[in-house]
Amino acid sequence: MPHPHRKNLLTSVQMAHFVATGALRMDAVVPDEMNQQALDVLRAGVPAVPYGTPLSEAFVDSEFVQRLVQLPEVAGAIHSLVGPEPTVDHHAVHIRKANEGEAQNLHGDAIIDVREDAFDVQLMYYPQEVTLEMGGTLSVPGSHLRRTNESDTGRYQNLLGQTRLTCPAGTVVFLHHGIWHGGRRNDSAIDRYMFKIRFNPTVRQVRLWNLDDLYDEQVAAELGQTFPWYENATGRLEIYNRVKLWQKLTGDDTFDPDYWVTRVSNRPQRVISQRSLNPHAAKKVTA
Amino acid sequence: MTTTAPDSTATGTTVRQQVLVLYLASSALDSRTVGWSTYDGTGATSPTTGDSDVPPYASGLEALKDGWRLFQAAQLLPPQPGHEYDVSFLKHEFFFEKLVTV
Repeated sequence: MPHPHRKNLLTSVQMAHFVATGALRMDAVVPDEMNQQALDVLRAGVPAVPYGTPLSEAFVDSEFVQRLVQLPEVAGAIHSLVGPEPTVDHHAVHIRKANEGEAQNLHGDAIIDVREDAFDVQLMYYPQEVTLEMGGTLSVPGSHLRRTNESDTGRYQNLLGQTRLTCPAGTVVFLHHGIWHGGRRNDSAIDRYMFKIRFNPTVRQVRLWNLDDLYDEQVAAELGQTFPWYENATGRLEIYNRVKLWQKLTGDDTFDPDYWVTRVSNRPQRVISQRSLNPHAAKKVTA
Repeated sequence: MTTTAPDSTATGTTVRQQVLVLYLASSALDSRTVGWSTYDGTGATSPTTGDSDVPPYASGLEALKDGWRLFQAAQLLPPQPGHEYDVSFLKHEFFFEKLVTV
């Protein structure tokens, strides 16, 4: 795939938003003409792709999906998040049937995944306008760094500040692999479609986006935000872990605007007290 | 231990449990609600994932004032050595019940 134009790469502020929230939303980024075709394409099914197929080879049998991932803004986001030529882990068409009566439990995909210097992203494409009644995907901002395994979070029905997705047709959302999410109950008379692709990086995810605004104040503001569902104490640990991830993505281990990491890492090694000042030292007796 | 729900065949009524789970911002029962789940043993309602953005009570104490009975609170456990900065499940989980005659 060609290298995306610089203007279509994510900015540092957008990357910081992703690192803080675990999600990046692009409203109506897919043109109407494609959205009109999408339901027929998705109903017919997208050919399966072996795990680990390079993106440029993965959808040679699906012209529609090729166009989707090559949309300039979409390609720019993929490159910024996981780099050039990621591999396709898997893809799936998800359909929440009209009035189906059940929601998915809150879960993280795959299995517990605690990588600290790498992450997968999932592209979620919504070809229809999604209303609240249609059961748009529930996701929990800032949950992606929690170390939980798949549906062990199923007991949690609602968290303060959760996102119940409503969006215009053609919206694409990128999610960090760890984010807590689930398909909500569709209480409408319309089947709701979503197409998902999971991407694995094949390069170190360091400075892959447009760095022009790397030191913009808004970067620190994004990374320092808290969410209503965070407990008081654990919320501070979230910032700590977020700063550590940003340090990995930028290759800059000095980034720590609120000192959460620096303070608890500070273990000076320089010794200035004299041995002779040690009151427990043996006294020298002089004749 | 096995318990049996009270059943009054004479009156044709029985008792069912409604469960409310509140996740609070700290270990204090009067701290603010950050998450919630409900399970209705009467079958009259079907609460589910992502069905509300507004907590039923602002704090655990508010739930007590409305007649919910606390029957379990999460223990306070120290982090495992080496995992002090890990984040995982919500820590401050409180289970309440109401017994409802149906």
